[in-house]
Amino acid sequence: MSGFTPNEMMTITASRALKNDDVCFVGIGAPSAACNVARLTHAPDITLIYESGTIGTAPDVLPLSIGDGELCDTAVTTVSVPEMFRYWLQGGRVSIGFLGAAQLDKFGNINTTVIGDYAHPKTRLPGGGGAPEIATSSKEIYITMAQTRRGMVEKIDFYTSFGHGDGGDHRQRLGIDTAGPTLLITDLAIWKPDPVSKEFTVVSLHPGVTRQQVQDTCGWIVKFAEELDETPAPTELELTTLRDLQARTKAAHEGSGKEKAA
Amino acid sequence: MVKFLPLKQAVAENLHDGDAVAFEGFTHLIPTAAAHEAIRQGFRDLTLIRMTPDLIYDQMIGMGMAKKIIFSYVGNPGVGLLRRARDSIENGFPRSIEIEEHSHAGMANAYEAGAAGLPCAVFRGYRGAGLAAVNPNIKSVTCPFTGEVLAAVPSIRPDVSFIHAQKADKKGNVLVEGIIGIQKEAVLAAKRAVVTVEEIVDNFDDLHPNLTVLPRWTIAAISVVPGGSHPSYTHGYYARDNTAYLEWDEIAADREKFQAWMQANVIERTADDFAARVEHLRSAA
Repeated sequence: MSGFTPNEMMTITASRALKNDDVCFVGIGAPSAACNVARLTHAPDITLIYESGTIGTAPDVLPLSIGDGELCDTAVTTVSVPEMFRYWLQGGRVSIGFLGAAQLDKFGNINTTVIGDYAHPKTRLPGGGGAPEIATSSKEIYITMAQTRRGMVEKIDFYTSFGHGDGGDHRQRLGIDTAGPTLLITDLAIWKPDPVSKEFTVVSLHPGVTRQQVQDTCGWIVKFAEELDETPAPTELELTTLRDLQARTKAAHEGSGKEKAA
Repeated sequence: MVKFLPLKQAVAENLHDGDAVAFEGFTHLIPTAAAHEAIRQGFRDLTLIRMTPDLIYDQMIGMGMAKKIIFSYVGNPGVGLLRRARDSIENGFPRSIEIEEHSHAGMANAYEAGAAGLPCAVFRGYRGAGLAAVNPNIKSVTCPFTGEVLAAVPSIRPDVSFIHAQKADKKGNVLVEGIIGIQKEAVLAAKRAVVTVEEIVDNFDDLHPNLTVLPRWTIAAISVVPGGSHPSYTHGYYARDNTAYLEWDEIAADREKFQAWMQANVIERTADDFAARVEHLRSAA
């Protein structure tokens, strides 16, 4: 087995969580890479949906945006944006919503809106896009992000997408009948919510990763499961698939500017 | 009845200071040429409506044309932040703007309600989301049949909507295909609609019967602008210029650099310049 980076470990671990019969609403960035590695390895029939309206897409390169032409060219069908959100997401047809996060708390609440005060933000981030409803209408939510103390915080500045709120039965109290975040995959570990408190708990460390490393890159006091697993290292097939996909993507995105008009 | 006009005239006849205007296109078919024409004509105090404000609203906000934006994702898709919009929201430069922020589901439902002639949209949304607390236009209604509490937002009814499309026939019917986004709803929700197209063909006789065709009587003006959505793309004509989106991040990061770029690439140019910008992207389409 050749070496691999923490980011590769994260993407490949995330890809393993997806099943062949999943209908997955794909966030751009890390989730998009993981979903396509799953499709190119163990889940060839997975349905990938991007919010631009492309259903059952199978891109040869990773899209830069959620609306790249490649997604439409390879999709089973492409629907309008209102139809996407009404019939397909709100209609309960999405099994997994796969999201990234700028800021995340231990209950899986996500902030991609502002750092600081909403009316007078220190940093204005892009905002929620499709995420607020993906987070509540998908049957389950998977989250993937690289660990940093800035990203994984005790208290997020804005509830862009609702996870488990203050924990416990907060979702049910708001009348939200979907499961919410059930899995968090970082570059260091696999986390699952505690069945009662709903606080994310580390259940598996990636190869070579220590508890201390997980704690040092996380802004809240980390809970570890009593029996910690070690995440299996990437297989040759998984690594090759991911690297080939990224190489094709890089070549394609650089290619568009080669003969730029004056 | 629809008129075929040069873009300059189509914009001048249909957009006015103070209008609520939507330049729609969900990553695909963004009406960049129309937005640049609006920038050249220097409109003020616009309410800019769009799900994904993207580069063209970053440019219009940076040029001080907007008093308010209504949006659901103020980012450069796949790249990061919109730096002129940020400068305006964070620092009030070049002017402060009012923001009305929704989710994509909220905006999509609001456009659809606008197209349907309804005063508001009702959907299952914003549950637990912070936006409901900061946007007074996000309210709730109780279903009279089941008692379920649902989100309600006012419908979107722009004074004028601009979209880009593949083609029009000689009568002025317009075809939109590929990622159709919110184009149809944006046109039908608006009082007036202006469409830029890649080309005009004799007729649509050979088209599949279920394609998205906007009948000519739903459109005020059509302008032929090949390449008119660059650096976005037109399905079947040219690919998305991803490099340009990456480069925008640097251009927009600096106030002077932004002004210099706008002067050289928008103010001193015309709609006719767009065709050359997509030449190297045509084979990839």
